[in-house]
Amino acid sequence: MDKFRMMFQFLQSNQESFMNGICGIMALASAQMYSAFEFSCPCMPEYNYNYGIGLLIIPSIWFFLLGFVLNNNVSVLAEEWKRPTGKRHKDPTILRYMFCSITQRSLIAPAVWVSVTLMDGKSFLCAFSINLDIEKFGNYSIMRGLTETEKLKLLARIPCKDLFEHQEIRVAASRYIKCISQACGWMFLLMMTLSAFLIRAIRPCFTQAAFLKTKYWSHYIDIERKMFDDTCKEHAKSFAKVCIHQYFENISGEMQSLHHHRSGKDDSDNEEEDKRSDEDKLLGIRAQDDMNKVLWNWHTCKPPLALRKEQMGGESNGNQNGNAKGAANGLVNGHTHEVEKKEWAVYYSKV
Amino acid sequence: MERLKLVLQYFQSNSESISNGICIILALVSVKLYTSFDFNCPCLPQYNKLYSLGVMIVPPIIFFFLGVLVNRHTGVMMDEWMRPIGNRSKNPAVVKYLFSAMIQRALLAPMVWILVTLMDGKIFICAFSVSVDPALFSGLPNNTGLELIKIMAKVPCKEDIIFRNSSFRKAVSRYVRCYSQAVGWSILLFLIVLGAMGRLIKPYFDDHATSLQTRYWSNYLDVEQKLFEETCVLHARDFARKCVVQFFEDMREDTILRLPHPLFLTNVREEWEDEEEERLHGVSKQEQMDQLLNKWYHSKPELDVTRMAHRPRTCVTWEDRGGRTLYSDV
Repeated sequence: MDKFRMMFQFLQSNQESFMNGICGIMALASAQMYSAFEFSCPCMPEYNYNYGIGLLIIPSIWFFLLGFVLNNNVSVLAEEWKRPTGKRHKDPTILRYMFCSITQRSLIAPAVWVSVTLMDGKSFLCAFSINLDIEKFGNYSIMRGLTETEKLKLLARIPCKDLFEHQEIRVAASRYIKCISQACGWMFLLMMTLSAFLIRAIRPCFTQAAFLKTKYWSHYIDIERKMFDDTCKEHAKSFAKVCIHQYFENISGEMQSLHHHRSGKDDSDNEEEDKRSDEDKLLGIRAQDDMNKVLWNWHTCKPPLALRKEQMGGESNGNQNGNAKGAANGLVNGHTHEVEKKEWAVYYSKV
Repeated sequence: MERLKLVLQYFQSNSESISNGICIILALVSVKLYTSFDFNCPCLPQYNKLYSLGVMIVPPIIFFFLGVLVNRHTGVMMDEWMRPIGNRSKNPAVVKYLFSAMIQRALLAPMVWILVTLMDGKIFICAFSVSVDPALFSGLPNNTGLELIKIMAKVPCKEDIIFRNSSFRKAVSRYVRCYSQAVGWSILLFLIVLGAMGRLIKPYFDDHATSLQTRYWSNYLDVEQKLFEETCVLHARDFARKCVVQFFEDMREDTILRLPHPLFLTNVREEWEDEEEERLHGVSKQEQMDQLLNKWYHSKPELDVTRMAHRPRTCVTWEDRGGRTLYSDV
């Protein structure tokens, strides 16, 4: 369990390495799927080619699209592409960079599928057995005297062990086609490695400075989106808390105040704190009727999504305010608010 | 678990050790690939040699390029080689050192593949069975009507019926395998002698002090690049947070002017309410929030957080319990 947690933490520490992890998992899944898949060639001249080549190509397309689906950056890319310009101009190199990186990652699982299929050779055998020239493998007379269609039908049965009687021909032919298939597989791998090499190792020769810029800003877009989501979540939480608090206050009609003047002076400080917080947690609802009203109204008449700015009873504050604040507020026309004041200062500094 | 952690820590402590670790992993992958690869000799005279030499040569090339690709030093070396001089002079010795280190590491996996194929012998048998002189061995099946070369080409294929009840095939295979292993061991011996000679002779040609310097500065370049990337990531995170908060605050400043005069509030408030208000950034109505979300899509803020980063410390007029006013500095 510890091992998994460590691995998980390592992968999540960085968005890119997380995507690399998904990439690796998909590649393994693709190899595993191939070995678990039961290849069964139809052994009929009309369908062999379609089945063989279809099995080579269609799962690779599927894995490619799956790579796009599982990649979070696709939605970031789409968003960045479609957004109105507004105050922030759009940089097409960033879009290109994101698209290239998504495509590169999605190409790995299809490449694994294609190489494993080619190395195994069954799909090539199925697809191309009807194009074989039997004479190459020895002097066999089985093909003499057959019409074209019968020849094709015979050749089409080569991939199926149970349907083709002449074992030596079958073994020799399957070995031959498998060898061609493996050669194609190695060539394919060589091509992929060479192109990856050219892109990764040679590119820095040309565009390094621009590349650093695009990398930074595409990463920034991703992080900004996450930060915005986090800030919205925090905001929603606070909004909900204050909204519910105000709702309870509305129903109870009481205002919350921290400082109760207590008579019991022999209470220890801690106990007083606890009692105070318990009292506060009641949020002014102390009777059964009030609680019932709270619960009823929460369903029938939810409060509007508009927080009041906090107001306290005027007379307890009037005295304090009149003297101490009067001077400070001379310019401000007598209305201040703890938080508002903060903003007011900023407002003035801007002006 | 502890051991694994220790091993991981050791390898991560130094960028050279990371490269060594990756190099070893690639060599192990190469061995595993060889054992899982289904070697399938065509047993036809025209194709045997082509297939075998292909299988012996193409995978090492692939592993070499892979080794160059996954090595961090490749990027560092290319950067250092291609950069404009600017304020920092270029030291060609560092680039040469990085290049030779990269090549040496990248050559390990291909050599492992070649040695494993030679020791195993299947590929040699497939390639060179047609070149063996059958007169050296008895039991050549000559009743099949096939040409000699075709018979010799079929030697690598165990299941072929012409070799049933005959020890000819096994004799030829053993003979060719013996050659293959001899070649393999000689190559291994040659490489080891080369490595040993290199180690022994190097001090005579290289100035130790300069080589210490070169090693230091190449490690430094690697560490510098890593730190730059990390700093960029952290910076992007801070930038994004400030940009988003500034966006929320901008919405608040717009709405301040539209609010009715709020009433005066006592200085005594719950701690948590302050925090909550802080997190609300002044957006406290559904319409405001909708407007904010709409604006986030239609008109993203510009990438400029100077207002937020350099805004003066909030000058809050605090009142204590007794109503005395305290000020904080701007």
